[in-house]
Amino acid sequence: MRIGVFVCRCGTNIAGTVDTQAVAAGALASPDVVYATELLYTCSEPGQQEIQNAVLTHRLQGVVVAACSPRMHELTFRRAVEKAGLNRYLLEMANIREHVSWIGQDKAANTEKALELVRMAVAKVRRNEPLFGSQVPLTKRVMVIGGGVAGIQAALDCADAGLDVVLVEREPTIGGKMAKLDKTFPTIDCSSCILGPKMVDVAQKENITLHAATEVESLSGTIGNFTVTLRKKAVYVDWDACTGCGLCMEKCPSKKNPDGFNEGLGAAPAIRIPFPQAIPKKAHIDRSACRYFSTGKCRVCQKICPVGAVRFDMEDRQVVEHVGAIIVATGYDLFDPAAYGEYGAGRYPDVITAMQFERILSASGPYGGHIRRPSDGREPRDIVFVACVGSRDKSVNRPYCSGVCCMVIAKQAILARDHLPEARCYVFYMDIRAPGKNYDEFVRRAVEEYGVQYIRGRVGKIYPKGERLVVQGADTLLGARVEVDADLVVLATGVEPSRGARELAEKLHISADTNGFFMEGHPKLKPVETNTAGIYLAGACQGPKDIPASVAQGSAAAAKVLALFARDSIATDPQTAHVMEKVCIGCGKCLSVCPFGAIQWKTLRDGTKKAQVLETVCQGCGLCNATCPPKAVQLNHFTDDQILAQLETLCA
Amino acid sequence: MPMSDCVAYYPGCSLEGLAVEYDVSTRAVCRALGLTLVELNDWNCCGSSPASLHEPMLSAALAGRNLLLAQENHLNTVMTPCPGCLKALKGAIKIRDSHPEALAQALGRPLSEQVHAVSVLQLLYEKVGPEALSRAVRRGFDGLPVVPYYGCLLTRPQAVARFDDPENPVSMDRLLEAVGCTVPDFPFKTECCGATSGITRSDIVSRLSGRILDMAQRSGARAIVVACPLCQQNLDLRQAQAEKAMGTRFGIPVFYLTQVIGWALGLPQKDLGLEKLIVPGDGLLPAREPPEPSES
Repeated sequence: MRIGVFVCRCGTNIAGTVDTQAVAAGALASPDVVYATELLYTCSEPGQQEIQNAVLTHRLQGVVVAACSPRMHELTFRRAVEKAGLNRYLLEMANIREHVSWIGQDKAANTEKALELVRMAVAKVRRNEPLFGSQVPLTKRVMVIGGGVAGIQAALDCADAGLDVVLVEREPTIGGKMAKLDKTFPTIDCSSCILGPKMVDVAQKENITLHAATEVESLSGTIGNFTVTLRKKAVYVDWDACTGCGLCMEKCPSKKNPDGFNEGLGAAPAIRIPFPQAIPKKAHIDRSACRYFSTGKCRVCQKICPVGAVRFDMEDRQVVEHVGAIIVATGYDLFDPAAYGEYGAGRYPDVITAMQFERILSASGPYGGHIRRPSDGREPRDIVFVACVGSRDKSVNRPYCSGVCCMVIAKQAILARDHLPEARCYVFYMDIRAPGKNYDEFVRRAVEEYGVQYIRGRVGKIYPKGERLVVQGADTLLGARVEVDADLVVLATGVEPSRGARELAEKLHISADTNGFFMEGHPKLKPVETNTAGIYLAGACQGPKDIPASVAQGSAAAAKVLALFARDSIATDPQTAHVMEKVCIGCGKCLSVCPFGAIQWKTLRDGTKKAQVLETVCQGCGLCNATCPPKAVQLNHFTDDQILAQLETLCA
Repeated sequence: MPMSDCVAYYPGCSLEGLAVEYDVSTRAVCRALGLTLVELNDWNCCGSSPASLHEPMLSAALAGRNLLLAQENHLNTVMTPCPGCLKALKGAIKIRDSHPEALAQALGRPLSEQVHAVSVLQLLYEKVGPEALSRAVRRGFDGLPVVPYYGCLLTRPQAVARFDDPENPVSMDRLLEAVGCTVPDFPFKTECCGATSGITRSDIVSRLSGRILDMAQRSGARAIVVACPLCQQNLDLRQAQAEKAMGTRFGIPVFYLTQVIGWALGLPQKDLGLEKLIVPGDGLLPAREPPEPSES
C-alpha cells in the first residue's frame, strides 16, 4: 500500500505546541508511507487540493490526516479523497489538536505524542478496506414531540410543505407554556390571540395527526426509517365521540381540585377541558380527583353526557408510528421555589411564582383578569418582583441564566401598573439581561414610563407582618439594607429541563448537557441538530429560550427535515457489524446486548441458528463485537485486526 | 447498653459557666431517653471564632484533637450542645474530608472517616425522632404556643452543617410538636441575634434580638426555644435591654430545647436548671404531676 500523511498546522492551533514538520518527517519512517508533508490549513480549499494532487501524483492508496477531531472534519477529508478517486474509508484521522496541542504545553512531549498518533493511524489505514453503503428508501413522515409553540411551528411548517406530520403531546392539549401566558413581551400582544390560530391550524391540517395525552415509549430504527412506539394515556373519555360541550364539567360534583392550568390557583372539576381554547377541545378525567375512581360511586358525567363518551374502563394503549425524522420540542419546566426556605413560597399564600401571576393577569385566569391576592382577594398596593429564583445560583444547582425572566418581570410590572395604576412595583434583580430586539427599550419603559422601581440586589428573606409581607434585601448600588413592605411577592422562577427529559433522551439516544438540556450537534453551527442523525431539536428543550427564539428554531428544525426529505433515498453507513457465520456459535449474547434490536436469528438450511445483523438498523456501536465470545461479530472499519494493529504500534 | 447508643459528649466552655443549665438538662434528657453520654476526658477549647479567623488549620487541629479523643474511645459520634463548638468540629471534619493528610499531620495521627459531630438537636432528631419522643412524654405541653429559634450556626453553612434546611429548618419544630407544643410559623428562625456584638456594640444586639422577640410575640408564642448559649443569653439576659430599645415589654421566657423536652419527660426541676432563666418560665410549664410509669 502507498500511504500519504498530511500534518495540519491549523495556523498556530497545532503548530504552536507541536513541531508539525518533525511529525511529518517522522511519519516517513512508518511502513508504506511514501509521502508526508505539513500544511497550513488542511481543511481549506488549497489544503484539500493538495491532498488530491498528492493522491494522483504519488499514486496514494491510503491517506492519513493529522489535524483536529474527526467530529470536526472527517467528512470534509473523506469527500476530498473520494474526489481523488479513493474510497472514503481509506482515510484515517489522527487528532493532534483536541488530544494534543490544546491540552499540553510541552512541545517536545506533544510532538512525540502526535507522532505516535500518526503511526497508529498509519497502522490502521494499512488494514482498512473500501466500504460501500447502500441506498434505502426514506419514510417521508416526521414526528414532532411536544406541542408547545416550538413544536407547533415545526409541525405547521412541515405540514405546509406537504409532509405528513405526527404531533405528540404529553398533556391533554397542545399549547404548552405559551398558552398559559397573558401577554407577551416586548409588544404586549395577547398570547392566546397569537397562539390560538396556530393551534387551530394544527387541528385543521389534514396531514397533521395529533396524539394528545400521549408519551413516547420507545424508538428503534435510524435516520429515514424510525419506528416509534407511543403510549396513549387513558383519559376515560372517548375523544372520537366527545364534542367538547362542557356539560360534564358543569355537573361534576368534585369541583374543588387544584387547577393545573391555573398553576394551582382556583379550582377545577375532576372531568375537565383544560381551557376554552384547548386543542383538542376534549374532556378528560383526572383520576386522582374523580369520585367514581375513589369511591366506586358517582358516574354523574357518564349519565349526563349527551353523546355517551365517558368510558371509566378505558386503559392506556400503544400506537406505533413509522417516521423518517423526529423533531424534539419538549420545552421546559419551572424551578420549584420551595428550595429557597427563606422566601416562604408554599408557606405564605401571597408569595407566588411569575407563572401564577401570569394566570392572575389573564382574563381567562382564576380571578377573571383582576389582580388580587390569593390569601384574601384584596387588590395589592405594593408588588415586589424577585428575579433569579433558581437561576445563576450554584447553591441550588442552577448555575445558568434562564434568559427570559428579566423580560417577564418587566412585562408583568408594566401590566400590573396598567391594571392597578395606584400600585407600586419593585424589582430586585442581579443584572438586567435584555439583549433581544426592542428588549432593552422595553425594560427602560418599565422604569421610565411606568415608574417601576428597580433595586439591584438579592432578597435575603420574606416574612409576614400582619396581613402584609416584608421583603428584606440588599441594595448593592447604595450598599444598604432595604426592607419593602409588600402585599404580593412574585418570584421569577428559573427555567429547567422538562420533567422526564433525561428519560426521553435515553429513549431517543440523544445526549443531554450537565443541566439536563438536550445537546445540540454543535453549539454554533448545528443548533437544531443532535448527534443522532435524523433527530432534531427546537425550542427550550435545548436551553432556556423566549418565544421568538423557540419559533425560529421550530422553523429551522422543519427546514432540516425538509432538506433531508428532498431526496428519495438515503445512503446507509457501512460502518456496521457483520457476523462471520462460520465462527458464530449461536449463543445469542449479541442479541441480548444490542440496544437497537439490530440483530436477529437466521436459520441455515441445516437448521443451525446464527446471528444476523440488520444493516439498516445497526448503529455500529460495537457492543456485540465486544461481547461475542468467539469474536464472530466484527465491526466494519473497527475490526479487531485494525484496533490491535494500532495498539501494537503504540506499544512497539 | 449497646455501643451505638453511647455518644461522646463535648460540652465546650459555655456549658461550664454561662449555660450550665443547658449542660445539666442535656445530660438529663439523654439519660432519660436511653442515650449514654461519655464526656471526653481532657477535652480542650474548640478554638471558637478567633482560631478559625486566624488560621483554619489551627481551628481544625484544636477541634480535631477532641474528635481524636472520641476516636480513641471507640466512639464515632461526638455530640456538642453548643453551635459554636459544633461548627468548629464539623469544620474539622470538612477539612479531614478535603485535606486528610494535612489534618493528620497537624494532629499527629489520622482522624477516622467514621467520626462525625452532631448537635444535641440533631442527635435527638435523628437518633430518637419525634415519634419515639412523643411516646416518652409524661407531661405534655397541651398546645402551648412556642417558637423555635435556631440561630445562625445550627444549620449553616449548609456545606459544613449538612443538616436540615439552611434557611427554613424544621427539626426543632417537629420535636416541640412531639412534646405537645403548638409551633406557629416563625419567619425569624435563623435571623441574627447579634451574636458576640453584645460585648462591643450592645445596641446592635438590643435591636436584632428585639426584632426576634417582637416577631415571636407577633406570632403568638408564649416562649422561645433555643439551642445555643449565645442566643439564649442575648434573648434572655439582655431582654430588658431589647425591651428598652424597642420601647415595649416582652416578658418572653427563653428555654433551652433540652429544658422543654426534659420537663415533658417528667424530669425534676433540679435536673433542668430552670431557676437560671432571667425571664422566669415556670408559669408556662404544665404543673400536673407526671403519672406513675405503670399507668402510662
